[in-house]
Amino acid sequence: MLTKRIIPCLDVKNGRVVKGVNFEGLRDIDDPVALARFYNDSGADELVFYDITASFEGRPLFADALRRVAAEVFIPLTVGGSINTLADFDRVLKCGADKVSVNSGAIRNPSLIAEAAKRYGDQCVVLSLDVKRVNGAFHVFAKGGREDTGLDALDWVRFGEDHGAGEVVVNSIDTDGVRNGFDLEMLSAVGDAVSLPLIASGGAGRREDFLTLFALPRVDAGLAASIFHSREVEIKALKRYLNENGVPMRL
Amino acid sequence: MIAIVDYGVGNLYSLTCSLRHIGVEARVTRDEAELRAAERIILPGVGAFGDAAGQLRALKLDGLLRELAGRGKPLMGVCLGMQLLFDRGLEYGVHEGLGLIRGQIVPLGPIAPGLKVPHMGWNSLDILKPDDPLMRGVRPGDYVYYVHSYCAQGCGEALVAASQYGVAVAGVVRSGNVCGTQFHPEKSGEVGLAILAAFAKGAASC
Repeated sequence: MLTKRIIPCLDVKNGRVVKGVNFEGLRDIDDPVALARFYNDSGADELVFYDITASFEGRPLFADALRRVAAEVFIPLTVGGSINTLADFDRVLKCGADKVSVNSGAIRNPSLIAEAAKRYGDQCVVLSLDVKRVNGAFHVFAKGGREDTGLDALDWVRFGEDHGAGEVVVNSIDTDGVRNGFDLEMLSAVGDAVSLPLIASGGAGRREDFLTLFALPRVDAGLAASIFHSREVEIKALKRYLNENGVPMRL
Repeated sequence: MIAIVDYGVGNLYSLTCSLRHIGVEARVTRDEAELRAAERIILPGVGAFGDAAGQLRALKLDGLLRELAGRGKPLMGVCLGMQLLFDRGLEYGVHEGLGLIRGQIVPLGPIAPGLKVPHMGWNSLDILKPDDPLMRGVRPGDYVYYVHSYCAQGCGEALVAASQYGVAVAGVVRSGNVCGTQFHPEKSGEVGLAILAAFAKGAASC
């Protein structure tokens, strides 16, 4: 039976993990390899790395970190952040990424989705979007959620599916950081719009939020960052809890 | 030495790293002499069947792989590499495969109605042939990581293990010294590493 997936997300800057990571027993808590290994041992089903390095000079540091992670951790790795061209796909795939997530880069240049799918296969192209309600509609926001593109989120994911995206990650700006549960209304709407695997992001605060999330049949995975990094929710215990409550999990 | 066939399809970094992790040296190559000299061969691959089969032909690797497999060299296909072992693929037209395992590769969508395509994620294995060398370190119900939109049909006796996704998806197949996995062992955690080790360190004939 196909399981639902739990995916921690790590922000990486200049080759080091940033943002609220607080682990006991890990000597080097900023080291992407140490954290990847920790999450792998905790039962994470995949890992997502976002390169938030602002400078061009920092890119090789990310590539090196990714290469080291891929050499030691043998679960799927998705990479996002600053993916604007096929050359960016190439750069991270060569370092061991399995999937590449595009967001603003695809909004600026929508043909990137089809070009990347043609060259690397649909399974490799993850369309990631930040969504916020505007006058009752779901709008796609760019630039890390700061800019309303005016694009309708449901139209955008349908476009992505038609042009070869293999998976969708939807982050709700409305629920992100609130820790009061995922944006079920928006996720249902996106799930009904496309038949691609759907990863939900934004709003997880407690383990119960994942149980509510997976009650939506069209959601395949839950992604979160801070609650895993802070260890408020431990992945192993979370997966056991979900499994006991009828959600298929890889234990 | 294990040779990983380099025919311009797919990312071979993780596969190489996973083999190194279990203490197996692998060489990524398309050189005929190296492939002939290799003890075992892994045929990887992601992307479309037709393109990949065409690429094997263009590099004259199709005949070589058939010949080496025919002489008993252990050959393992991974994901699209497994699909290429079959007679033909029906992805954007009809394309000839290597014909080393009976059966064909068909779109998953029509045979798994109502389910999402690609079949992506961790699925459990039903082991039909527990004595198969590849299954040595695998228990029934162990999870492996799949990403695919096409699957093998009509593989009959070649089916070693399957996963349920609307239909029984062929997960592991074997015909003599030729075997393959539809899932990615190099992305399937400890279970996947055990399968790779079983192939890499297996008996000389399988």
